[in-house]
Amino acid sequence: MTTTYNFAYLDEQTKRMIRRAILKAIAIPGYQVPFASREMPMPYGWGTGGVQVTAAILGPKDVLKVIDQGADDTTNAVSIRAFFARTANVAVTTRTVEATIIQTRHRVPEEALTADQILVYQVPIPEPLRFLEPRETETRTMHALSEYGLMHVKLYEDIARHGHIATAYAYPVEVAGRYVMDPSPIPKFDNPKMNQCPALQLFGAGREKRIYAVPPYTTVVSLDFEDYPFERNTFAHPCALCNATDSYLDEVVTDDKGGRMYVCSDTDHCEERRANGHRGNQLADAPLDAMPRIEAAE
Amino acid sequence: MTVPLLTAGGLTKRYGGINACAHISFTLDEGEVLAIVGESGSGKSTLLNILAGRMTPDAGDVRYRMRDGVVRNLADLGEAERRLLMRTDWGFVHQDASHGLRMNVSAGGNIGERLMAIGDRNYGDIRLSAADWLTRVEIDTDRMDHKPTTYSGGMRQRLQIARNLVTSPRLVFMDEPTGGLDVSVQARLLDLIRGLVADMGLAVVLVTHDLAVARLLSHRILVMKQGHVIETGLTDRVLDDPQAPYTQLLVSSVLAA
Repeated sequence: MTTTYNFAYLDEQTKRMIRRAILKAIAIPGYQVPFASREMPMPYGWGTGGVQVTAAILGPKDVLKVIDQGADDTTNAVSIRAFFARTANVAVTTRTVEATIIQTRHRVPEEALTADQILVYQVPIPEPLRFLEPRETETRTMHALSEYGLMHVKLYEDIARHGHIATAYAYPVEVAGRYVMDPSPIPKFDNPKMNQCPALQLFGAGREKRIYAVPPYTTVVSLDFEDYPFERNTFAHPCALCNATDSYLDEVVTDDKGGRMYVCSDTDHCEERRANGHRGNQLADAPLDAMPRIEAAE
Repeated sequence: MTVPLLTAGGLTKRYGGINACAHISFTLDEGEVLAIVGESGSGKSTLLNILAGRMTPDAGDVRYRMRDGVVRNLADLGEAERRLLMRTDWGFVHQDASHGLRMNVSAGGNIGERLMAIGDRNYGDIRLSAADWLTRVEIDTDRMDHKPTTYSGGMRQRLQIARNLVTSPRLVFMDEPTGGLDVSVQARLLDLIRGLVADMGLAVVLVTHDLAVARLLSHRILVMKQGHVIETGLTDRVLDDPQAPYTQLLVSSVLAA
């Protein structure tokens, strides 16, 4: 570890400022709290908001896991994990159950989270009404007065055009019966996991300079119509590696002849299942060590 | 004698040294159509914006009889109440339909927005209302899922009217609703507005510089010049027997049809 950086990169006053924003966000579930987002050593869009939230809440005894689309071994996840391993010298892991802080891009882990864990989301666009009402002054008023009819106009348009609610990610939710919130671009498959979740959920948007939160055990309802209720995505295939039928699957194109396989997007969940002897059709009866675990190497 | 729906008392608005509205007072009854006419810059639009709560007057007040019968001063309404009033009991038809419509949302969504804003959560019902209103404003229901960007000027204006009337408002403000449309489309639109206003018993405040529009739609007329109301009365009386010199000039400048 180099000693030229303060613990977890940000200076103490900045972390204090972010913590105050986080406390306010927890006090008003789903409300977007403005904060003085800092320039981070990575481009906007790579998780600068999530990184700042993680830096502000990280302690020396924390165990950090970082996922990108559910995977621990993608560029974004690997570099953010390495960033904190280097600047904060904290323990890192790929195991969901071992982690105390999980920073995520676009997924909620399959493993049920516990009250000892904090989930930090990287958020590109915090404003759920943005694409229907571009004026920020107007959307703030709409939030203040709970005028959320416009959110249903978006869902209406989906049904009118596609015959069903085609919004598959960043599916708007109502938090604690008050604020409508963009859950960041997680698949709507993950929306039900946010409801009554024992873990604290924090959302950081770096470029947009907003932090919002869902406190533990908070009601999170996905918006819908009476005659077109919210539906979770379902998959026609089980995972090709671990045979899971209840997880969110990625489609992987395997050749140029239409070949494809469906695998768990949550790599830790998939590895855990394989270690427990589950086998999908692509792995058949391969031995236990056929696919080694992803290591959280520094 | 019932309490008027809308009462304006001593409305005044200045832009620097310019008097846009000077001590304007009048009442509007339920189901009554009032035309505000005058040349460009006479303060018509300023007056309309003040009445519709889109602008605060320097002096004077606007009182409105709410659905529960209580007369409220618009200035005393909270923002939430004012916005609720605007999207339930009121309508505002803009001259340029693109200001009053969401151009990137389908016609059905445009009509349904007000219903969803007041808590309608049944897609089928919203859809039925939208189809019903499209029919009433003579737009083919096949066009329901098309965006207003694909609509002609006249259709956009009719869609805007449908969007405003879906919550059965009691008062609609119209700012040059037929401006910028060609003559035959104008005639058809005026016919439609007249029919809807009569059917629904709407009260309308109509701003126009076109005396023919005023004659066709309105019961009463208010002639403005340089921020002052110079003549007011029943439309036929004012247009057939104008008293003020300016009104005489205005009426005589209309080409005989």
